[in-house]
Amino acid sequence: MFLVPDSVVRFFHRMASPPHFYTFTERLMPWLVTLFVLLTGAGLYGGLYLAPPDYQQGDSYRIIYIHVPSAWMSLFIYVVMAITGAIGLIWRIKLAEIVAISSAPIGASFTFIALFTGSLWGKPMWGTWWVWDARLTSELILLFLYLGVIGLYGAIDDKRVASKAVAILALVGVVNIPIIHYSVEWWNTLHQGPTVTKMDKPSIHVSMLIPLLLMALAFNVYYLIALVQRVRVELLQRERNSQWVKNMVLERKQ
Amino acid sequence: MSLSNAFFAIIRRDLVLALRRRSEIANPLLFFILVITLFPLGIGAQPNLLQAIAPGVIWVSALLAAMLSLDSLFRSDFDDGSLEQILLSPHPASVLVLGKIIAHWLVTGLPLLIIAPLLAVFLGMPTHSLGILLLTLLLGTPVLSLIGAIGVALTVGLRRGGMILSLLVLPLYVPVLIFASNAVDMAGSGLPVNAQINILISILFMALVLAPWPTAAALKMSIN
Repeated sequence: MFLVPDSVVRFFHRMASPPHFYTFTERLMPWLVTLFVLLTGAGLYGGLYLAPPDYQQGDSYRIIYIHVPSAWMSLFIYVVMAITGAIGLIWRIKLAEIVAISSAPIGASFTFIALFTGSLWGKPMWGTWWVWDARLTSELILLFLYLGVIGLYGAIDDKRVASKAVAILALVGVVNIPIIHYSVEWWNTLHQGPTVTKMDKPSIHVSMLIPLLLMALAFNVYYLIALVQRVRVELLQRERNSQWVKNMVLERKQ
Repeated sequence: MSLSNAFFAIIRRDLVLALRRRSEIANPLLFFILVITLFPLGIGAQPNLLQAIAPGVIWVSALLAAMLSLDSLFRSDFDDGSLEQILLSPHPASVLVLGKIIAHWLVTGLPLLIIAPLLAVFLGMPTHSLGILLLTLLLGTPVLSLIGAIGVALTVGLRRGGMILSLLVLPLYVPVLIFASNAVDMAGSGLPVNAQINILISILFMALVLAPWPTAAALKMSIN
């Protein structure tokens, strides 16, 4: 702890208290939304208008501005879920538990978007909606892992117990994801003949890269927005009997 | 009672209990045989086709049989309260849980090994790959029990945990399935399979060391 400045520690301690988190995120929200709109606007303008068409794929490569950031987010969110789940397990911080479980549906959606846009792109490029490519397969298994987390949370009635179960499952999953990924990759290189000619990866041009990074940032901000909204709702639901929620509702009524 | 005594006492107790309810041993085995019988009926009985899919069919069936037998791992102990006693004992829960998993594997995993060569012959697998099939089953099915134990421990408190259990456990079984069925496949064409076997061994040891902890943690959570 001595490596972290005192003010930062204090900030995190205060953020772990539900009422403080609730009011703080309320003030934060307009800024986040503004940032998201700016980033998405700039990213889409750069990606769809400024960036030149690819010399091989023409315009259809432009789906990467949705596809690639979603794929990145799908992995990132699983790691966030595991880390916050571990924090919730170890230090019993309620807010960390809620962040972990609120991340799951968002991560699953990003995984689905990555798979869906990938297959949209695959149809004109590879001539088929689906190939058992290593990345596609491990992304599909990642989707199943997310669905398992969501299903487990839904199946347990006591939500505090359910959060713990989800945290354990997410930790087990995060140890397994690299193993699954490499096994699928290894399986793929052995099983798949040269039916699908993978594109040689030319180093991506700056005019295409900058919009991609902007979109990745925008997706991160979007994740934050969606996460905060979900966490706020979940907080209200879990703390509906506590004093601060009652006070706040009474205040809003007037 | 020392830790090793407690560990072996749990294994002995579970084996005795299983021997008194023999259906627990027979059911997964029958399921395994039945599923494999369904494949020729569904796909057609061309010998070439069956031979090509035999390693995958046997392994997928073993996976399903292992998964369906998981429910008996903690169910009766959970219902009659002896699971609580086990977790309350002064010994580390993860070691005792490992004892239960080993006993469970001896009852449900080991019989698969004994029946598998017969089924392999049914499907027309070349005889020189039978040894590798047994080896992969020997190395792989304990991993299925170990990983599955985490899933059961998470869902044992639920009334209808069956569906959700398969959703939790099957994605985690993917690496075992890939390496094991591939090793059998390669052995059938006379290729070396050292790499696959080594990876399976390392997966087994990793699961042996890592899986009991989350299982014990999940059981404690389920009991509360």
